[in-house]
Amino acid sequence: MKAPAFAYAKPASLAEALALAARPGAKVLAGGQSLIPSLNMRLSAPELLVDITGIPELAGVSLKNGALRVGALTTHAEIEASPDIRTHVPLLAQAAPYIAHPAIRNRGTLGGSLALADPAAEYPACAVALDSVFVLRGSTGERRVKALDFFKGLFETDLKAGEILVAAEFPAAKKGDRSVFLELARRQGDYATVGLAGFNDRVVFFAVGSAPVLFSLDEARKHLKERLKPVPDLYNSSATKLHLAGVLLERAWNTLSTSH
Amino acid sequence: MGKAELPLHAPATQTDKGYIGTSVPRPNVRRLLQGRGSFVDDLRFPRLAQVVFFRSPHAHARIKRLSFERAKQSPGVIGVFDGRAVAEYCTPWVAVLGHLKGIKSPPQHAIAIERACWQGEAVAAVVAETRAQAEDAAALVEAEWEELPAVVDMEESLGGKRVIHPDLGDNICFKREHDTGGVDEAFAKADVVVEETYHFGRHTGVCLEGRAILADYNPAEHSLTVYHATQAPHMMQDIFSRHLGIPEGSVRVIARDVGGSYGIKVHVYPDEMATCALSIMLRRPVKFVADRLESFLSDIHAREHRVKIKMAVKNTGEILAFDLDDLTAIGPYSVYPRTSGIEGNQVVNLTGGPYRHQKYRAKMHVVFTNKNVTCQYRAVGHPIAVALTEGIVDKAAAALKMDPAEFRRKNLIPDDAYPYTFPSGIKFEKLSHHQTLNKLLELMNYRKLREEQIQQRKKGKHLGIGLAAMIEVTNPSPAFYGVGGARISAQDGATLRLEPTGMVTVLCGVTEQGQGTEAVFAQIAASAVGVSLEKVRVITGDTGVTPYGGGTWASRGAGIGGEAVLLAGRALQSNILDVASKVLNLDKKSLNIADNAVVDILTQEKKIPLEELGRIAHFRPDTLPVDFQAELTVTRHYTPRQYGFTFTNGIQASLVEVDPDTGFVKLLKHWCVEDAGTVINPMLVDEQIRGGVVQGIGAALYEECLYGPDGQLLNGNMADYLVPMSAEMPDIVCAHVETPTKQSQLGAKGVGEAGTAGAPGAIMNAINDALMPLNAGVTAMPFTPERILKALGKV
Amino acid sequence: MEHAVDIALTVNGTAVRQRVEPREHLIDFLRERLGLTGSHIGCEHGVCGACTVRVDGKIVRGCLMLAVQANGSRIETVEGLSDSGELKELQKRFHEKNALQCGFCTPGMLLCAQALLGRKEKPTREEIRSHISGNYCRCTGYQAIVDAIEEAVNGQG
Repeated sequence: MKAPAFAYAKPASLAEALALAARPGAKVLAGGQSLIPSLNMRLSAPELLVDITGIPELAGVSLKNGALRVGALTTHAEIEASPDIRTHVPLLAQAAPYIAHPAIRNRGTLGGSLALADPAAEYPACAVALDSVFVLRGSTGERRVKALDFFKGLFETDLKAGEILVAAEFPAAKKGDRSVFLELARRQGDYATVGLAGFNDRVVFFAVGSAPVLFSLDEARKHLKERLKPVPDLYNSSATKLHLAGVLLERAWNTLSTSH
Repeated sequence: MGKAELPLHAPATQTDKGYIGTSVPRPNVRRLLQGRGSFVDDLRFPRLAQVVFFRSPHAHARIKRLSFERAKQSPGVIGVFDGRAVAEYCTPWVAVLGHLKGIKSPPQHAIAIERACWQGEAVAAVVAETRAQAEDAAALVEAEWEELPAVVDMEESLGGKRVIHPDLGDNICFKREHDTGGVDEAFAKADVVVEETYHFGRHTGVCLEGRAILADYNPAEHSLTVYHATQAPHMMQDIFSRHLGIPEGSVRVIARDVGGSYGIKVHVYPDEMATCALSIMLRRPVKFVADRLESFLSDIHAREHRVKIKMAVKNTGEILAFDLDDLTAIGPYSVYPRTSGIEGNQVVNLTGGPYRHQKYRAKMHVVFTNKNVTCQYRAVGHPIAVALTEGIVDKAAAALKMDPAEFRRKNLIPDDAYPYTFPSGIKFEKLSHHQTLNKLLELMNYRKLREEQIQQRKKGKHLGIGLAAMIEVTNPSPAFYGVGGARISAQDGATLRLEPTGMVTVLCGVTEQGQGTEAVFAQIAASAVGVSLEKVRVITGDTGVTPYGGGTWASRGAGIGGEAVLLAGRALQSNILDVASKVLNLDKKSLNIADNAVVDILTQEKKIPLEELGRIAHFRPDTLPVDFQAELTVTRHYTPRQYGFTFTNGIQASLVEVDPDTGFVKLLKHWCVEDAGTVINPMLVDEQIRGGVVQGIGAALYEECLYGPDGQLLNGNMADYLVPMSAEMPDIVCAHVETPTKQSQLGAKGVGEAGTAGAPGAIMNAINDALMPLNAGVTAMPFTPERILKALGKV
Repeated sequence: MEHAVDIALTVNGTAVRQRVEPREHLIDFLRERLGLTGSHIGCEHGVCGACTVRVDGKIVRGCLMLAVQANGSRIETVEGLSDSGELKELQKRFHEKNALQCGFCTPGMLLCAQALLGRKEKPTREEIRSHISGNYCRCTGYQAIVDAIEEAVNGQG
């Protein structure tokens, strides 16, 4: 399947990128690992792709004020291999190997994954579990949005037209922090059947609905059945997903709970 | 087993067998290792156009109106054509055969004319300079439809309330009943009757290379050359000739490198016929390569069955009878030319296959639905027959509290009982069920595994061990298709030619899709003539060059093509020695050929190198006696005649761990002991088995074409349709028993499909063995985590 | 050509300048414009791995990258890496173990596997299976491929 025709621009500055991204029919291109297959399958037909991979402000990992700022262009492979991330945000490093396969991880980016908000994706759930903050830039300036508020629904985020996600800030690990990442998938690298990203008292389930679902540990233990209403997929009913979420919770319990 | 023990260029050994039985690496893969192969999509032609098909989005709809005006204006478009336009160049076909009594199917056109009968059926063709331009234009085709009710469920189809083809009266493509008589009496005599209903999910081949065809019509000659990813070039030559109106001798079909086939590429596809018609119409080469999305919609599907099976058993474990009711759903047409009735027919022929009982009753219906067409796919019918049989056998063993291996031992046909006529009418020449069973149990250390299973259960780990004994159809005679009127060759021919420099060229009608045809033929030819392997070149897959043959299907390559190569090789050897005896003035009987030279048969003394003999025969025949003519090109043919099919036997075992919390199945290990007669290249045979087993694993755990109630394919892409990938696959241990067939000098039976035939049954039995202490069992493939959780009562 | 873009890159060590459409993915560029047909198309949605090539030293799925994105990059395909001899060891093992049958997945599989060679920590058999878990092979069932890579990684013979 061949993609429909579109124009292409590769701005060198963030200001230029924002101007181009604000045009009607424009789509932002970073790693392209989700966008390009959808173009090849003619699921979308943008008029202009704005390639942001040449913009220096969007790259890099830096530690500042107890938070690790990870640039949107950081690839999954870089996250997997980064000593900074392993040290300061181990949950992200735990999640990265579950994302697809090495060749895709070499191109796919953190920003791309967060902006797409695929309900079965790993990083959105990690970001919510870590209570992280996303830095958005638009023509009117910068906005900071909490992860939980960013993911609104099925492939739906708080990104406004013409805005670009430039970085995500994660709380740097402190002594006593506990994180766990569990994913059930039919085959390695597949989208999750059900997944769990846990950080201290925050448990986030993903691949269960249109967006990651956050619980406290206690809430999860007592009210999982009532509050988690999983959306069925091709192979798993709502009941199956709920059951599997419960299994993951049990498996994560010992790592996450302290005095529980 | 299966290690390359000899260096690549091993000279022919001094033994009679030569290279037969050695694991030689394939000479023809060098180009594939460098990406320098020659697949259809790699070929470049002047004025090559590409065709894309506008396909029905509806499972069943009348085509009210097609408008091509906007599409025709799109850049790069050469033409846009409907079914009527293409029908002027390509006649329709009906896929029925005389020996499937009562089989019926409506005529099918290259491009549908009045009505689309499945989602994905082509209703228009867009030809452009590039694929991208053709797709752009296809998006501009306007269509008006009158949607018709879609028949999707097989029971509903059988019920016939809505008939897809009113002219046919009902939705039954083919039905068959078989009754040996005495079945009810056998069931009355039984101590235990076990019964079960099994479901098999529709699935498909997913060849990594999409279907591909490049048709090159020469208007000056009214000739057509087709570069086709096909298993059966001569069959296609005949079909192109008849349906496109071109004399047979003016049609040439060439199959070069083919990226996987497994039966998918042995059938006639309407869009491929249309591609040829378009080349003729437009008087230029036209190429079609099915992309992945259209592959899922239009490559043949297979194996959608609902089967009820009953078995009568005595307390001793003796099987008395089988009773079978099979319902299978195909698409809206029987597929040409082999028909879509064969798979169900095989289920009737083969159920109960390894066992001694003589009473059997079967009822089978093949019904049309508005889903994609189905036809023969690797192991055709066997995976179902084996799973049914082995599943119900395990059930009986459990009911009698008998070890499943011992239950089988009690019932397997004895190794000295041959020839043997089976209750479905098929005849076995000689099988080795007990030998293979014993070898398997020893290979897997069955006793120890059972003990470990008990220990692990105490720790809460649920291991399962599953066995599946099987028979497998190979080396078919004309009984498979020819007797029904199909122009499908069951014979094959090989031409062997000694070149002036002493090299040997082999031309054979059997084709290569990666199984190792070329290597195996080179081994046989080198052994028969007496040359070293690197002196042999094999050419297959070209109707303009090779003898007329059947190509590859039903695991016939080594057994039938190989025999032709052997016979031709021996004849060439004899003719070479005729020349040698004249050149050397020695008695032919005192000579032999070894190591690329004519030698003294007793002392092995080199008398004359073949390159010297070749020079003389070709360039200096004036030095030979005036009444002598060297004949250094020899052709021989072979047809299996004594048995309708040459059956093989084997047995597989699967070791799994089932996680009762998640329903996930971990494949720990797999074994296969196979008797395929003479093994020419053990490594290639093992690799065929392994690949086949993994395909069977796909059927058991992952693969299903999911259709919605409106006949829409829901998972027609690689992310949603799950194929086996490396991380989840077990290591597979292979071993062999060799019972050569006496129908040929080579003694080789076939083996290409064996792995696929037995694996699903073995895995099902292993899962059910693991679930048994939890009072759960599964019967519907694929065994997804949800199905296992449901069986356990957890969801 | 609408929206055409000029790109300059290196392919298998040779400088290339071409005018491309933005919508062309890297594999179509290599196959159709440069005639390098060794890299194959299996799905065009990034799942099968048949299109694996190397860009600036890293393996990528060529169908998930636009040719325009390869501007200024260094591309290596199976043909180039065969001619340079870099794939020689793996190719030898693949040949001996019959780790290919139809050969369609092979270029992608070799490019993927090559990324494992030369690592300081030798991957285990399980890690090998994991590394190639995104490369679809329908013919072999994977075992021979894993065997071949294992031998190449361990330098055995």
